[in-house]
Amino acid sequence: MRSGFPLYAAMIAGLLVLATTPLYADNYVVRTAAIVAMYGALATSWNFIGGFTGYPSFSTAAFFGLGAYVGAICQRHGIPMGLAWAIATVVVAAFAALLGGIILRLRGHYFAIGSIAVVELCRLVISSWSSLTGGGDGLNLPLMPWPPEQLMRFFLFVMLAILLASLIATIFVDRSRLGFGLRCIHQNEDAAAMVGINTTAYKIAAYTLSAMFCATAGAAYASWTGYIDPTDSFQIVMTVKVVVMALLGGAGTILGPALGAAAFVLLEELFWANFLDWNRAILGVVIVLLIFFLPGGLLSLGVLRRLRAAKVGGGK
Amino acid sequence: MIEPILRLDGVSKQFGGLSALTDVSFSLNEGEVVGLIGPNGAGKTTLVNVVTGNLRRSSGRILFRSEDVGLQKPYQAARRGLARTFQIVQPFPAMTVLENVTAGALFGGGAGSLGDARDMAMESLAFVGLDALADRPAANLALAARKRLELAKSLAMNPRVLMLDEVNAGLNSSEIDGALDLIRRIADRGVTVLIIEHLMKVVLSLSKRLLVLHHGQLIADGPSAEIVADERVIEAYLGAKFAARLKELNHG
Repeated sequence: MRSGFPLYAAMIAGLLVLATTPLYADNYVVRTAAIVAMYGALATSWNFIGGFTGYPSFSTAAFFGLGAYVGAICQRHGIPMGLAWAIATVVVAAFAALLGGIILRLRGHYFAIGSIAVVELCRLVISSWSSLTGGGDGLNLPLMPWPPEQLMRFFLFVMLAILLASLIATIFVDRSRLGFGLRCIHQNEDAAAMVGINTTAYKIAAYTLSAMFCATAGAAYASWTGYIDPTDSFQIVMTVKVVVMALLGGAGTILGPALGAAAFVLLEELFWANFLDWNRAILGVVIVLLIFFLPGGLLSLGVLRRLRAAKVGGGK
Repeated sequence: MIEPILRLDGVSKQFGGLSALTDVSFSLNEGEVVGLIGPNGAGKTTLVNVVTGNLRRSSGRILFRSEDVGLQKPYQAARRGLARTFQIVQPFPAMTVLENVTAGALFGGGAGSLGDARDMAMESLAFVGLDALADRPAANLALAARKRLELAKSLAMNPRVLMLDEVNAGLNSSEIDGALDLIRRIADRGVTVLIIEHLMKVVLSLSKRLLVLHHGQLIADGPSAEIVADERVIEAYLGAKFAARLKELNHG
């Protein structure tokens, strides 16, 4: 008998911890909470294609960056912020669906390389298309006339809402036909086709889901910082980080990726603050150790195992 | 005359310059059990792959219930009721036995919900005698049980035609007897069965009609008893020299 209760309880507790930071902590902590929520949403999105379906996608930064640019361009044309984010989400989802039809024909390492190339390609197109995107000069967004604390709080809640939406989508997918089919594809794609799963359509659905929330987060991030440029929006480092986070927490589980994002961001902050010269090296060692000794992610630890909850095809 | 459930009409498959199937034509009637034999490399598995859409035929027509399905994808074949097993078993290893079969019922068998699919899956598992192992991970099963799992998965898809690609390879003789009984019971349910097999004992005990493939060509199609005595068939299996020697022995 699998119960969803510990899962929901942990999810709500985690979201509440992040949401209440403005009540008792300074702006630095609130900012960190917002970053945790943002990366949580990105890692949870990656989980659709990377975790459920087992396709090692490195396109996260492409979707994030495109979302940022579509949102920024809309806002500069006088479209209200919320609507601009929605447009960014839809446009990038459509882009991912079209792109997925092409690159999801590749499998394994080939797909991984192809998906990284997408990030570089997007960056090059955006930085060359100066008339629309400002090229290497980047784009300024309308500033929000709020005091810093209020602004910080607002974007914390925006990022939390995106994280929550991605988690709810994950729960739905996990219990649906789609999630079951994706797990079948993960295990054996040929056998999945032989039992009647339209593998192409399912993979495209997973890839599109993995793009949507990244785009919303990217558009919101652009509004938050007020300035975007190609190098900053399409970072290979970000793409890799998100995958590491998801693996760190537990790919293919519901809460794992978000948990991994929280652990990663906190570790990163800790090392930045205390070992400025060594932080990258320490982080690298931590990642290697985790992958060697905890290949199933944090959720494979005894205490946290109950949070794995439904593995396949939903609860009984 | 009753329309055959599956009909191949001049089907060929080329891999570059290599002709794996040349102008193969035959039909299966509803409810029939037909054996497909031939030496290694004759094109038996290619034939199944072409019918289920794993490979695209180079030319010819494939008609399933009078519908041209030559361009179908494997998932469409599964949903239409053209199920198959693989020579090398293809389970979803990290899933339980029940989940494996549930996948068949849900996606190929047209189950309305996950609950229905699970019921259908339990039924198929009981039919093949694996119900006691329903909650085991598929990866832990022994070979004979894995082959049964493949059968249960295919059955849960409610197939009209079931193509069995060497389901008995690697089994010992008591396991083979069990598998034969199972295949017979599947045929009794009205499923048309095409059985690909190396073991003549198996083919002869199951099917009244045989198809023989050699170098990608269908060299014989007829009642089993006649086929096994056919000179060309013996030659295909033994080579011309030994076939001649066998003939001498029989006549001498």
